[in-house]
Amino acid sequence: MAKKLYNDPSPLETRILSARFGLENSESLTTYLAHDGFKAFRKAREMKPEQIIEEVKTSALRGRGGAGFPTGLKWSFVPRSSPKPKYIVINADESEPGTCKDRLLMEYDPHQMIEGILIAGLALDAHKGYLYIRGEYRYLIDHMDRAIAEAYAQGYLGKNILGTGFDFDLYTHSGAGAYECGEETALLDSLEGKRGIPRMKPPFPAVAGAWASPTLLNNVETFSAIPAIIRDGGAAFAALGTPKNGGTRLLCVSGHVNKPGVYEVPLGYPMLKFIEEIAGGIPGGKKLKAVIPGGSSCPILKADECDIPMDYDSLAKIGSMLGSGGMVVMDETTDMVKVALRIMRFYAHESCGWCIPCREGTTWLRKILQRFDEGGGRHEDVALLGELSKNMLGRTFCALGDAAAMPTISIVDKFADDFEKRLARDRQMVAV
Amino acid sequence: MMTFSPQLEQKFAKMLTSYPEGKKRSAVVPMLIYAQDEVGSITSELIDEVARRCEVTPLQVDEVVGYYSMLHRNPMGKYHVQVCTNISCLLVGGMELYEHACKKLGIGHKQVAADGQFSLEEVECMGACSWAPAVEINYDFHHHVTPEKLDQLIDGLRKAQ
Amino acid sequence: MAELVNLTINGQAIQAEKGTLLIEVARQNGIEIPAFCYYPGLTLQAACRMCLVEVEKTPKLQVGCTLPVADGMVVHTESDTVRQSRKGMIEFLLTNHPLDCPVCDKGGECELQDMTFRYGAGESRFTERKVHVDEQQWSPVVYFDAPRCILCYRCVRVCNEGIGVGALGVSNRGVISEIVPNRHDYLECDECGACIDICPVGALTSGSYRYQTRPWEMTHVGTICTHCGDGCRTTLGVRDDKIMRGNNRDSSGINGDFLCIKGRYAFDFVEHPERLQSPMLRNAAGEFEPISWSTAFATIAETFTAVKARRGKFGVVGSNHTTNEENYFLQKFARQGLGTKNIDHHRTGDLATFFDALSGKNAALATAGDLYTAKAVLVVGADLAQQHPLLSYQARANFRHHNAHIYAVTTGPVREDNQAIASVRVAAGGELAGVESLRDKLKAEGDLVIVFGDSIQGDGLRKLVAFGDSLGIPVKYVCLVDYSNSRGAFDMGLIPRDGGMSIEQMLAAKDLDVLWVVGANPLKNAALGSTNAFVIVQDLFMTETANHAHLVLPAASVYEKNGTVTNVCGEVQKLKQAVKVMGTKTDLEIMGSIAKEMNLNLGIWLPDKVFAEIRKTVHGYDVSLPVVDTGGAAPTMPLNGRVPALPGAIQSAGDTLFTSGSMSRYSKILNAVIESPGGLYGGKEPEVSAQSPTASGQMPGGTVQS
Repeated sequence: MAKKLYNDPSPLETRILSARFGLENSESLTTYLAHDGFKAFRKAREMKPEQIIEEVKTSALRGRGGAGFPTGLKWSFVPRSSPKPKYIVINADESEPGTCKDRLLMEYDPHQMIEGILIAGLALDAHKGYLYIRGEYRYLIDHMDRAIAEAYAQGYLGKNILGTGFDFDLYTHSGAGAYECGEETALLDSLEGKRGIPRMKPPFPAVAGAWASPTLLNNVETFSAIPAIIRDGGAAFAALGTPKNGGTRLLCVSGHVNKPGVYEVPLGYPMLKFIEEIAGGIPGGKKLKAVIPGGSSCPILKADECDIPMDYDSLAKIGSMLGSGGMVVMDETTDMVKVALRIMRFYAHESCGWCIPCREGTTWLRKILQRFDEGGGRHEDVALLGELSKNMLGRTFCALGDAAAMPTISIVDKFADDFEKRLARDRQMVAV
Repeated sequence: MMTFSPQLEQKFAKMLTSYPEGKKRSAVVPMLIYAQDEVGSITSELIDEVARRCEVTPLQVDEVVGYYSMLHRNPMGKYHVQVCTNISCLLVGGMELYEHACKKLGIGHKQVAADGQFSLEEVECMGACSWAPAVEINYDFHHHVTPEKLDQLIDGLRKAQ
Repeated sequence: MAELVNLTINGQAIQAEKGTLLIEVARQNGIEIPAFCYYPGLTLQAACRMCLVEVEKTPKLQVGCTLPVADGMVVHTESDTVRQSRKGMIEFLLTNHPLDCPVCDKGGECELQDMTFRYGAGESRFTERKVHVDEQQWSPVVYFDAPRCILCYRCVRVCNEGIGVGALGVSNRGVISEIVPNRHDYLECDECGACIDICPVGALTSGSYRYQTRPWEMTHVGTICTHCGDGCRTTLGVRDDKIMRGNNRDSSGINGDFLCIKGRYAFDFVEHPERLQSPMLRNAAGEFEPISWSTAFATIAETFTAVKARRGKFGVVGSNHTTNEENYFLQKFARQGLGTKNIDHHRTGDLATFFDALSGKNAALATAGDLYTAKAVLVVGADLAQQHPLLSYQARANFRHHNAHIYAVTTGPVREDNQAIASVRVAAGGELAGVESLRDKLKAEGDLVIVFGDSIQGDGLRKLVAFGDSLGIPVKYVCLVDYSNSRGAFDMGLIPRDGGMSIEQMLAAKDLDVLWVVGANPLKNAALGSTNAFVIVQDLFMTETANHAHLVLPAASVYEKNGTVTNVCGEVQKLKQAVKVMGTKTDLEIMGSIAKEMNLNLGIWLPDKVFAEIRKTVHGYDVSLPVVDTGGAAPTMPLNGRVPALPGAIQSAGDTLFTSGSMSRYSKILNAVIESPGGLYGGKEPEVSAQSPTASGQMPGGTVQS
């Protein structure tokens, strides 16, 4: 029976990674095999490792976890020969607020990702993979365990896969509630049984990652894109998007839209068109106020900044990011003080505490915003919020500090009015 | 020494072999969370046991317990109701839903109801943003949750007992 | 020679070794880059972000404590951006810091205060509620005040990396992250206090020092610890003739940052109420009664003169703790003044055979520093972490910093196992066979230091040295001896050479006329054979031996005198008097006064004068005066010539980290923590050895005690 999807697909989508979503038993290996499954792997095993990496480079695929680093380049950093075993780690610690796509890729089409992992294994001569799934996704860990067992049973994992002589073992590994573990080096510490504290770089994971061995880390969606790239060629994938921003990606739209959901579109898809036509526009005919384009770490966009194509470079140009594809749409009734507070509550809760500016900064900012929201705001708070955020920006150990600072700086800059209105209201209430 | 159910023992045995030689420490986080599901909370006895199995010091396990937000030193209810109020949920009534849950269950953040059946937690984003507001009860996701729907869920679980 | 690179810091052209950390290069060139978490010798953290500096051509501020210098680097450490960044960090740090500086132990010597003064803002913009957690006591010596903690992780690292215990960790996350002890709410560790010493703020405080004084009210006296033989420098903070604390605040001497519980806390026996403060003579009723010093000296002089005149039999027992000057003077007194060869001390290592076996070998004595620089270290029959904690620390640091190969051949688990490339467990007596099993591995080492305990003596010791010779690599040795001047006692001649009687022989002799005991306790577990012997004891406390005495003289402890001592590695270091305890005299002054009373000419009894004589007459002690006078450790040369075998037993007292002969009986701190000697072996289950104190806190029975 065809599985009911969490949201209806849109006819405007370009469904490459989500092509099998909604098929009957889409999660089964049988379904996967019946719909192009493992064609790419069969092709890749005839290719030289350099050719595989070259194909990924040609695809202009960029990491779908948030940083948008060119995937082929990342693969090429893993040393060809190594006295130590090499590992592949799949980042399924999806936890950037606004993001819920990796869930679907694992739930509806687990074997697509497995095939992508295996192709990476061929390219890097790696034979073990660890799928780090956030603890909250327990049902998906069980689900992936079943998919992995199915792949083993049919010879798609384990020894001598499909008679190629290539061995690969894949294991799931549960997280236990920590946003910071989405940061790749913190994830590695967590995988090693420690607190998820980010590591100093260099050495980069490609050289010394899991258990100090060369390690490739990519997001679920990044691996899920690999089979299509190898099967149809990197050039075809690249052509779907814009230059240097290859292919399609799954965008998760939430907030004030009529049809929130996860939709696959080519890179460079116009943001306003996406909101209006795919996400069904804003309910109640209200006006757009702001958009967080790619998860809560991204600087917020005002309505008049939203007329842009959604690709990494276009968003970078206007000082924001495509991030992890978590687009949060806000209508004109949205109170930006509450938005800023909720975002900062999150970062203060998730700061690992390792470095001073993030540990103390996020909590201080949260406390100011909390007081402000509760009616104790002061005029100088608005400037202070911006200054403290800037004291964190670029100065913390890892990107979490930036992730907390950037949206705050942008909200205070772009929506100072919301803060001023609150102050005026507070003064009125005192007067009454 | 503690022992767990045969199923869990089997899981742990497999888990300990899935990491490279001499890297049993890697099993600390998953072992803790699976054991917590069975034991009810992270007790000091459990810390010692995980330390023994993973060949680390109890302190090294203790450090981990304090770090991860899903690991609890005190038992939660039989049904742990987790309401997300992060940005996507907030915009579509997540906060109101959480406040409703507080009233409905008569408890607050990380509190356990007197009968031990329900506990409540206001949680951070759990990856259901496009189908917000979201609630996770134990490990089951519930999407597009309204106060009425939450009442039904809770009442249903109460009845099921 | 490593490759040199040219860089510029604040316009100053600098040449440095490629790859050196920027913070170090700056410091070497007189430019301070501030930091909390950076600590030389410990792993890098990059956590405090105080060391952020501007490096041209990089968009973001760079971390000075982790950035290796490179050619052409242009660095600014005092630009507006850098200063603003530091100001911001200090402001962040102070948000949850309680600012209870007026009552904080650290006030006046706090790095956060200093940094705030130099780099911080004049006022705070933080008006929110601070995070508060109540203070916790983790052990008799360690208290933790979480809100003061700035999470620099120095304590965690020094405990784990430096001490090798790993008793501290970090729990929770974010702003409520805090340092936690290994037993959830208390510590089970070495109780060395290294965590307290290394804490830049007042988060970790010392049980014996907290809320006792302001640091500026103390004078600081650098001297040498009086407990084990390792010879750590300790700085005693003194106020009103009372020792308030011990630490090694300038990281000087052979021990750098290291001190164990004894060096840091076990000075408190000095002020124990049972200290002897008056000479005492046994009266007709057999009870002690106080007498004046002049009466005491007259009585002793009279006795000595009479016994000497009738060619009676003297027995002289010296100390493992008294100074070289006192030991030298004592043996001179015995040999020249009393005409006796019967002089000995509690010997805890076979130094006689050791020196004999090394005869003709140059550079065979390892210094404490050698344990840090040798390519390989072999520990034979000793639990270094318990008995020679500095040597253990040195070997561990060598392993961490230089990947030195550590080998252990022991009868039980030792902390060195955690670093060892090979650990061999043997039954008692099987040590040499265990060493032999490592032959091939050891032959492949560049050089080696062999550290061995009292199970290696006599022929066994000769075999061990022969083994070392046969390896074909440079080998140095440390013959372990127990106490702060055990080595000096031997070197100064407190030994029954030339046919003199050993302690055992003195105690057994039925015709002994005088037993003169200076700072030792030979009758602790033995009886005196002679019923007519006049027994004179100089000591700090009423020991078992003092209880047998006719005359007891109150002696000053090492912390109350000047002079020199020689550590287990044969390094000479200078003591400096910190306090004076009313009624006591130094052993040197006591002996000098007796000599004067007897009209003996034994020379001037001032420490400096006696040391000058030692330098001239004792083999290997013509050491550099500037080194000794400036608080350094001057290595001695081994005796170069045959050393005849000596009569008498050689046995280590087997003290633990928490015991130290009779002094530890009078140390409140050592007795307070004595119930938790476990947790000493990192990841392994703590082993309680036969020598460890029992759970009830009783002292282990020992052999002859110093």
